[in-house]
Amino acid sequence: MSDLRDLYQTVILDHYKKPRNFGRPPDADLSAEGVNPLCGDRVQVFVRLEGDQLAAVGFEGSGCAISTAAASLMTEAVQGRTRKQIDELFARYHDMVTGARDADSHESAGQTLRVLPHESAGQTLHVLPSLGKLEVLAGVREFPARVKCATLVWHALLAALEGRGERVTTE
Amino acid sequence: MSSARELLRGPAAPLTDLEVARLREDFPILHQRMHGKPLVYLDSANTSQKPRSVIEAVARFYSTDYANVRRGVYELSERADRAFEGARERLRRFLNAREAREIVFVRGTTEAINLVAGSFGRRLAAGDEILITAMEHHSNIVPWQMLCEQRGTRLVVAPIDDRGDVILDELARRIGPRTRLVSVVHVSNALGTVNPVREIAALAHAQGVPVLLDGAQAAPRMPVDVRELGCDFYALSGHKLYGPSGIGALWGRAELLEEMPPWQGGGEMIETVSFEKTTYAALPAKFEAGTPNIAGAVGIGAALDWLEAIGLDSIAAYEHELLGYATERLAELPGVRLIGTALRKSGVLAFAIEGIHAHDVATILDREGVCVRAGHHCAQPVMERFGVPATVRASFGVYNTRDDVDALLRGLRTAIEVFR
Repeated sequence: MSDLRDLYQTVILDHYKKPRNFGRPPDADLSAEGVNPLCGDRVQVFVRLEGDQLAAVGFEGSGCAISTAAASLMTEAVQGRTRKQIDELFARYHDMVTGARDADSHESAGQTLRVLPHESAGQTLHVLPSLGKLEVLAGVREFPARVKCATLVWHALLAALEGRGERVTTE
Repeated sequence: MSSARELLRGPAAPLTDLEVARLREDFPILHQRMHGKPLVYLDSANTSQKPRSVIEAVARFYSTDYANVRRGVYELSERADRAFEGARERLRRFLNAREAREIVFVRGTTEAINLVAGSFGRRLAAGDEILITAMEHHSNIVPWQMLCEQRGTRLVVAPIDDRGDVILDELARRIGPRTRLVSVVHVSNALGTVNPVREIAALAHAQGVPVLLDGAQAAPRMPVDVRELGCDFYALSGHKLYGPSGIGALWGRAELLEEMPPWQGGGEMIETVSFEKTTYAALPAKFEAGTPNIAGAVGIGAALDWLEAIGLDSIAAYEHELLGYATERLAELPGVRLIGTALRKSGVLAFAIEGIHAHDVATILDREGVCVRAGHHCAQPVMERFGVPATVRASFGVYNTRDDVDALLRGLRTAIEVFR
């Protein structure tokens, strides 16, 4: 049950039941859809850029707790950030949910990141504080089948930011 | 073939708990732990596990009799031929088909339907219609859509009701002067519905229209007699009937298969080849281009031996009891909605839990050692029809027990607990 509790943390369940930034911001001008053909889940991300900065972001769709919470948490994390910051954040996030990030320190998005030790489930994990609340999704790494649930919305976001209005899939 | 148990207890008596406990011993894979819990495999509608006799038959064939078929003049090749053709004859008996040459080996149900779409369909004209139902698997939708794109045929869909039963009057109304084939699932993988395929065949034949049955789910769960059902094509997969994956069969009435053009071209399907003209082999080789899955065929033969030694009537009766028990137990849980409540069901228990997505349920069940499928089950139009993005599907095989159902219920209570 412990790894289930790691996966389905209170914060995740809260964002699943009450997703933030759900819906299309009235002034959004770019969007993209993410589809997981394996399960039929879909998510649509809406954004508005002001210069290089993300001025508005929202999402719609139906999915599992992981994908919905990942979308909700993502919208909070990327609001107001620049394209470059978003790319870096996603690189770190991706490493976290795939389990690629467990060395003491390593290269990510071209720069060495500072890491702090952090006690969790009896073992030392090294976490990047800059991921902030997104850290609650770290439990996904123990569930490889669910990594795509946690990353689909990010792929849709990046497609929307690049003005690739087309559909992105997990495959 | 009547087994010893049929002679003693009658053909339709459900398996006893003792008999199921014994036959579970035939499945090496079931005796392991998953995440520290006993493995509970409830995904047999997806693919079934394999009894030792199938695993050993395939290993023995590769160890002693393997060579290519229909080519060699040497003894080993003749042995391989006998094993391969023996499996075809075994399938003929299993389906009570008239002739072994009516059995075409394919990769599985999907390929069988693609064969009919690609060969039978090549003779169709723009405006001709293929009639299916709203509960079909993607494998009985997409090949026809591809045909529609190529030839301008039309795909017509008969609706289903809120229980998940096909509405027969609506289906009958859709059989018209341009209908060229009715293609229907025998047992629905997403809903468990057992379709009234005899009635459907009679309705179609009254208009002179042939009928294809997708038997992927039915063949492992109930006796199938293609002549008694009155269909014209029957498609099945080895991996769902306790045999290997990558092998299946299309049965077709000889008159139809004879008329149909070859599908794939290559070796084994020809009589003579020259650059001016090639003539094709007789049935069934006409539809079996290339080296087939020879050991797969041997495996399917062993699976049918195993299945029929138990008795499909007894399996059907036992699974019916088990499904009844699971349906009752599931009703104990709050917020559960069964998807698929047809009058006749087999083997499949699909449901949605309020406030919990199917994938989350499946992840939590996995940690309890319980394997179920979550998603659209390759039947997205069915999900659409019932207004759910996905369902959880527990499906039963002959090795499942009430204990397995109880483990499922414990896991579901955990899921409800986690999401409270």
